[in-house]
Parts: sequence; C-alpha cells; structure tokens
Amino acid sequence: MPRTEAMTKQGLTLVDAINEALYQEMERDERVICLGEDVGLNGGVFRVTEGLQKVFGPDRVIDTPLAESGIMGTAIGLAMAGMRPVPEIQFEGFLGPAYDQLVNHAARYRGRSRGAVTVPMTVRVPWGGGIHAPELHSDSPEAIYAHTPGLKVVIPSTPYDAKGLLIASIRDPDPVVFFEPKRVYRSHREAIPEELYEIPLGQAKVIAEGTDLTVISWGACVHTCNEAMDHFPEDVSVELIDLRTISPLDIDAIVQSVEKTGRCVIVHEAPKTAGFGAEIATIIQEHCFLNLKAPVQRVAGFDTMVPYYKLESQYLPDSKRVEEAVMQCLAY
Amino acid sequence: MPTRTAYEGKVEYLQILDENGVLDEKLAKDTLADEDVRELYQYMVKCRAVDETAFKLQRAKRMGTYPQNKGQEAAAIGSGFAAKRGVDWLVPCYRENAALWMHGLPMHYVFMYWMGDERGSQIPEGVNVLPLCVPIGTHMLHATGMAWAFKMRKEPRVCLTYFGDGATSEGDFHEAMNFASTFQVPCVFICQNNQWAISVPREQQMNSATVAQKALAYDMPTVQVDGNDLFAVYKASRDAIERARAGGGPAFIEAVTYRLADHTTADDARRYRDAEEVDAWMAKDPLIRLKKYLVGKGLWDDAKQAALDELAKQTATDVVKAAEGVPAPGAEDIFDYTYATMSRELEVQKATMRTHSLGQRPEQAGLSAQREHA
Repeated sequence: MPRTEAMTKQGLTLVDAINEALYQEMERDERVICLGEDVGLNGGVFRVTEGLQKVFGPDRVIDTPLAESGIMGTAIGLAMAGMRPVPEIQFEGFLGPAYDQLVNHAARYRGRSRGAVTVPMTVRVPWGGGIHAPELHSDSPEAIYAHTPGLKVVIPSTPYDAKGLLIASIRDPDPVVFFEPKRVYRSHREAIPEELYEIPLGQAKVIAEGTDLTVISWGACVHTCNEAMDHFPEDVSVELIDLRTISPLDIDAIVQSVEKTGRCVIVHEAPKTAGFGAEIATIIQEHCFLNLKAPVQRVAGFDTMVPYYKLESQYLPDSKRVEEAVMQCLAY
Repeated sequence: MPTRTAYEGKVEYLQILDENGVLDEKLAKDTLADEDVRELYQYMVKCRAVDETAFKLQRAKRMGTYPQNKGQEAAAIGSGFAAKRGVDWLVPCYRENAALWMHGLPMHYVFMYWMGDERGSQIPEGVNVLPLCVPIGTHMLHATGMAWAFKMRKEPRVCLTYFGDGATSEGDFHEAMNFASTFQVPCVFICQNNQWAISVPREQQMNSATVAQKALAYDMPTVQVDGNDLFAVYKASRDAIERARAGGGPAFIEAVTYRLADHTTADDARRYRDAEEVDAWMAKDPLIRLKKYLVGKGLWDDAKQAALDELAKQTATDVVKAAEGVPAPGAEDIFDYTYATMSRELEVQKATMRTHSLGQRPEQAGLSAQREHA
C-alpha cells in the first residue's frame, strides 16, 4: 500500500516491505494476484496483505476456501495459464496438505514437460518460531523444500531484502517458496527505497566482514547472530553471512569466506539432523578441506518437535548458544 | 419442532444409443450428424488399434508399463468432440488418449511417454493439452486454476478434466470441486467411472449410489450418462461446455463405462474380477453398438470395415515407427529443464556427471570459473 507518514519517518517493517512489494508488483503487472485464507478483507492474519483487496478488488486479492492443497493446486493452474499467482499458506505448519501439489507438481512441471509447461508462482509462507503461537505454527521446514529440485527457497531477514527478494521471486519463471520469518515481522524498521528493485535470488549478503571465523545463517536467526556479535572479545574478527536464498545457494560466498577464516559456525532454527546446515557443512569440507582449522559447528533447533511456547525459547537458538559455539570453534 | 426440506437433489441418467445400437431419435435430435458419427466411429477404431498395439509393444518389451484405454473410447471421444480444439483445454489423467489426440497431441507422444521419455510430455505449442498425470486425483485442481484464469481474463475458454471413479475418493477432488463451484469457473469435470480402481470395485470405493451425486454437494449441474454411448457423452459434454463458456460455471459428468483391460500392463485383473462381468461389459463395447447403428442406417458395410481395419493397422504401425524413430534423449535434458536458468551447482553436476572429482568446483569441472559471475 502507499506509504504512511510514519513509514516515511521511521522506516518500514518487514511486513510493510512485503506489503509494499505486493502492492507495487500488482500495480505494475495485472497478472499478479494474491490468494489464500483470510488474505482479502481481513488483510491476512499477519496483515501482510492489508488494504490490497480494497485497491485491487476481490478478483485479484482472493479469499479462498480453507484448503491448502486447493490453494496450491489452483495457483499451479493459474500460473500455467499465464497468471503470476502469489498464494499464501497461512503458517508453515499448514504446508503439509499442500506438499503434494508443491513438490510433486509445481516443482516438476518444467522438467517433466521439457519446458513446455511452467509454474511461475511465489508461495508466501509465514515461517519459524518465537511468537508464542499455537501448536504447529512455529516450524522451520526449509530444508525439505531446498531438497526439492525445481523449487527455489528464499528467506529474507530484513525489510530491504524482503522487498527486493519478493519482487525478484514474483518475476522469476519458476516456483519460489518465500518463507517470511514471523519473529522479525515487526521487530525492526528500516529506510528502504520506495521504487521497485530486485535482489537476485542466489546471492548471499555479507553483513559484517571478519577474518577469524564465519557465521552463516538465514531468517530470524541472522538477528540472533547479530546480537551475539556484540558480545565477542574485541580482538575477535567474525564474518557474518546472511544466505537470503538457500536454493539456489550462493556456494561461492560460503567458500570464499571460509577459505579466508578457516572456521565456520552455522546457525538455524530447524532441527539439527538433516537440517540445511548439514548441506553447508558438507560443501565446506568439499571445497575448503585444507583451509579448515576447526570442525564446522552447528547451532540449531533440537531433533525434537518445536515445543509449545512455554519451552519455545529453550528450543530456539539464542545469542548465548551462538556465542558459545563461536568461542569453542575459535579455541579448537 | 416444524421441519422442512433444506435441500433436495436428484441425478438424471442419460442414454441415447443403447447397447444394441438403437437410437432414441428424440433425444438424439441436434446432437451428432450422420457424417460426424461415421467419422468418429472410424476414429474410434483407429484409437482402439493404437491402444492394442501399445499393449503388444509392452509385451514385446518395447514399451514400459502402459494403461490401456480399451472400452472407454466413447467417453473420451464424445467429450473431446464437444470441446473446441485450440480454444478449450484438456487436463487428463491417462485413460482418455483419444480426446488428447483429437485435440492435436501427436499420437506417438503418448507412446514416447510410456516408453520412458519425458519428451512425450513436451506438448507442442498450440496444442491445448496438459501432460498425462499419473498421481490420482491431483490434476483437477490445475484444471480449476486454469479455468479460473480464463474467467479472470474473460476468455471464452473451458477446461475439461478427466479422472476415474477412484479419484473421487481423494481430498484434492473435493477441493477442486469446491473451488470450481465457489468461484464459478468454466471447468467441466468428467469422471470416467470404469468400475475399478485397480482392484477395488466402485461399490467398495464409496457408499454413494452414483458418483454424479457428489457434485450435488457443490451445487454443480451434474448428470450420469452411459459412458459407452457416444451420443449421450457428446450431448452432456456439449451442454456442460457451452453453459460454462457462457458464464454458467462448472459442471460434472459421470460417464458410466468399463475398463475392459487390466489396470495397466503390470496388472492381472483376473486376480480380482470375474470373467462373467468382463464378458457382460464386452457386449456393451462402444465400438460394437456404434457399428450396429451405422450398419442399421445404411452408413456402413463390410467393405468399408475391411478398409478401415487396414487403415487402423497402418495408423498403429506409423505411430510405433514415429515413437521408436525418435533419437534417445540426451542426459543434459535433466539438467537443462529443472529451472529456467541453471544454478552454478547444476552446471557443475551436468559437466561432471560422469567424471566425479574431488571438490567439484567449476574450474575442476572444466567450466570457466569466474566466481564473481556465479
């Protein structure tokens, strides 16, 4: 939606930035439509699509029946017929019913038809824990979708990245899963360009340069890592990388950094075993074996369910755990 | 407490040409002209010959698993003929080849597909057909989405989607029906009720007396037709398609037919169904009754049949030749078509698929390694 005075003065939250990207892309391209549960009149349960139905009407910002597979499956059909649908799955926990459509159909159509049928759609999904939500509203299933050839997986951590990455995702000719870290939906404000801009998918961002150790993260955990950065001894120089997209993955950014530092800590919310950190650790040993001065460390969620919110903070990596891992890795 | 009827529904059954080839002239009015029927009969015979040839190819190990369409040709052809080629879209499962061919899909593409070559699904530009869909009951959502796009853009197009009786047990079937009805999209749902979902008979698949009544829950116009009756399928399809095209929303057709062959060439239906049942349905074969009708009207004779049988054989031979004449696919295809643009990692995997080397960096893979351009 057009910016309010408060946004102009104080900057935009991640929610504002996504809303602005949707508004501007819908204005620019009439093929772009939003559909999902409560995205219309109600503006989405997180208000990400606030106001859009009023501007673009109920035929472009569509309140659908409560059926995730139906949302995903019809969005596939819409995309194949030339639209640019942006379906929303209300929480990542509800991707389950839509899994078959996303993985067995959206991801495969280009390959199985040798390019004759394609599915340019962007699936927006509030993702991750930390907001004291009900059960099944706090998971981080990104590795499942990064493990699915044909899908791209994007996870912004800041308002600036959220806007540029969402615009790039909507314009991408392939299906993109766009995970929105709900823990930082409104936690930070940032002054970002008002005009349309794209951040290419597959480019990591070096948030802080350093020489002694590389911290790699994505989503809300980037902020956890940033918090930890303030607590390292002054003579420790840590490089912090925000992957922003895990599929395609910016392998070069990872390799360049670890070749330089020789030490790496990966931080993510998802369970440790077979989490995306395992892939990164493997890439590092494949490409930086002789540069390594210490085993690659992972700070991750545990191999348990994400507990209900009384224990949520015990589960999610916090800055103390990051700090601990970094200091151990440095001392190795 | 006073009570009232909150909802009442009924399902009508339509048959125009019975199994003895006797036509109900009144119902047949304004349906298929004699010339159409003769053309479609000849087409049906060719499709049957091609289908039988696919079976033989599989037995000769020249084709992989193949699901025969035998016995269900009237349902595919009657509905396919009612749709406008190049305007309407067909969203199939895998037992309506005749309709797809009718809408321009080269016959040998279906053979290529079952011979394990994805290029059989590389639908040529201008052919409004989606690739075959093997998972059951999932593609009707795609048809609904496509039809929705036509409605949004005010294009006078209709989607026809085909599925079996078993597919109506799937959740996605109901989600597709609900979306199509809620948004009144121009989608026609054609259930080929062939009585068997592999080994489970329709009676065990559902407790509903008809499949067609499932559409009543979505307030969708619905009808049960004799699926082996070309006239009935055509009439029901034409009415549904034209209503949808005019903005009247989706419709449902249950075509009652029978899978005369095994589920696929990997199946042996003798394990679970009686020969008597199959024989009874053999007598209801759409080809037999259509021929009886044509002969009765003086539009067909033995000489024409002999010429047609020869032509059908030739068609099948040509299809086999075309399919087997396609050069083997290159392995690079699997990399080239995963995304519009290959990732750096995929480029490396493509370049090193046969020469695994430690590290597999672009430079080791013989790629011009310019990291800043990655």
